[in-house]
Amino acid sequence: MAGTAVPRRLTWQLAEVAASNLETPETTSLVFDVPDWPGHLPGQHVDVRLTAEDGYQAQRSYSIASPPENPRLVLTVERVKDGEVSPFLLDELRVGDRLELRGPIGGYFTWEAARGGPLLLVAGGSGIVPLMAMIRHRFAASGDAPVRVLYSSRTFIDVIYRDELAYLTGLDSAVEVIHTLTRAQPADWQGYRRRIDKEMLAEVAWPPADRPHVFVCGPTPLVEGVAAALTELGHDPARVKTERFGPSGG
Amino acid sequence: MAGFVTRGFRGRRRDPDVAGRVPPGQYVTPDFPVLSAGPTPRVALDGWDFGVGGEVERAQRWSWEELRALPSETFTVDIHCVTKWSKLDTVWEGVSLDTLLELVEPTGDYVVAHCDGGYTTNLPLEDVTGGKAWIAYAYDGEPLAPEHGGPARLLVPHLYLWKSAKWVRRLEIVDDDRPGFWETLGYHNRGDPWLEQRYHGD
Amino acid sequence: MDDESRLDGNAAGGMLAEVFAFEMTTAEIVCAGCGTVAPVGTTIVYAHGMGTIVRCATCDTAVIRVAQVRGRYWLDLQGTRTLRIETS
Repeated sequence: MAGTAVPRRLTWQLAEVAASNLETPETTSLVFDVPDWPGHLPGQHVDVRLTAEDGYQAQRSYSIASPPENPRLVLTVERVKDGEVSPFLLDELRVGDRLELRGPIGGYFTWEAARGGPLLLVAGGSGIVPLMAMIRHRFAASGDAPVRVLYSSRTFIDVIYRDELAYLTGLDSAVEVIHTLTRAQPADWQGYRRRIDKEMLAEVAWPPADRPHVFVCGPTPLVEGVAAALTELGHDPARVKTERFGPSGG
Repeated sequence: MAGFVTRGFRGRRRDPDVAGRVPPGQYVTPDFPVLSAGPTPRVALDGWDFGVGGEVERAQRWSWEELRALPSETFTVDIHCVTKWSKLDTVWEGVSLDTLLELVEPTGDYVVAHCDGGYTTNLPLEDVTGGKAWIAYAYDGEPLAPEHGGPARLLVPHLYLWKSAKWVRRLEIVDDDRPGFWETLGYHNRGDPWLEQRYHGD
Repeated sequence: MDDESRLDGNAAGGMLAEVFAFEMTTAEIVCAGCGTVAPVGTTIVYAHGMGTIVRCATCDTAVIRVAQVRGRYWLDLQGTRTLRIETS
């Protein structure tokens, strides 16, 4: 697997859409064949560039959802209301189409199985995407690091990768996923029903003495609140890595 | 920076020129996008002041109450951002720079705006006199929101909006032009949207 | 509120990789404002339209400023006392 810091100029490459899979009503996973893909680490992202016929360009960053063990690159895209790029990717892009992307980008917000655990992954909405690459990699690499995922979504049908997460936790009891649904919950819901707060983190997180690797990803306000709460709970800020998605959550 | 044309991508619909009010390369937006180069400053009004000094006969400083007591205007202007959006008929309230400069009597030829958070921009004095510039503290009938530059911002609508420095605290009159935050990073020194002066060398 | 749109150093990774030809989010910056030594990944990034402004998470000093203007990069590193880049 290629390292993160190869002295090379990052260039735009053409990627071809191999498949498109609906994950939730608002998110779709796009599967790409990228002929010269150099490999990546879980947590990294790509920049996607779209060019209209008149030369107008738009560029966005998307976290890589697939682990490095996948031969194909998967991006999971969430619809941004009145967005310029996500409606195109979700509604217009077809299998066989090609678009430009460059990457992988970002050596800081990454985790490999060799670094061990325990691992605390905190996600809000589409913030689960880069963390899912880490989870998928842990299984593909036969890692044994204990993992806890605290995942905030609006409602049950908005939980991205819901079934896959349930399947993976069934495979290995060292991997736990704790959900919180903030807006509406099914009648028989036993889990949390509110935004992630310090109290919830105190209940879910590994104790600071365990020195977990922590990754937090999602809308900027959520990420900043969680990072601050973890520091207050005694976690070493240097071991809490964040990826803010901005206001719209990616 | 030519790219691979992506089948089916059209980008945001760009409205045509509205009766000659839109400078070249701009599109009209009903929104008021917020572009920031740094964190939004939060300053308590009771500690806030605004000053004009430097190459002047009489440097002046005003507290929030004193600034609000100066003669003010409500005015409607179009604003143009170098990132290509224009917003028409925006309504502001503030003190004309002519009023402030009359009180200090500048002797220098250029202005440097200094702002909370460290942002700076520069203009020739003639671009802020003759009814062309204000210290604005209300937008659309409400006190200016922090993300749009409140409590007060410089407003110079005939130039690209990066010249309308948000969170302004001091205008320094100087003898020699001093390029500011964006002007030292490749943007045009003057920024006239009608001449499409976006970048250095335009 | 615009402060919701601030991002982490990862968000500047693409732009910095264009300029530096190295993976930069693990590069360390010694802030000229406060002396803090931290990876680019921990910085706060403001990137809208006009350019990319990377600020020290401790003191908000602009440590890297970069704009792409007519095919050239304008790069200002005045806020960085030293930049330490890993090559492998």
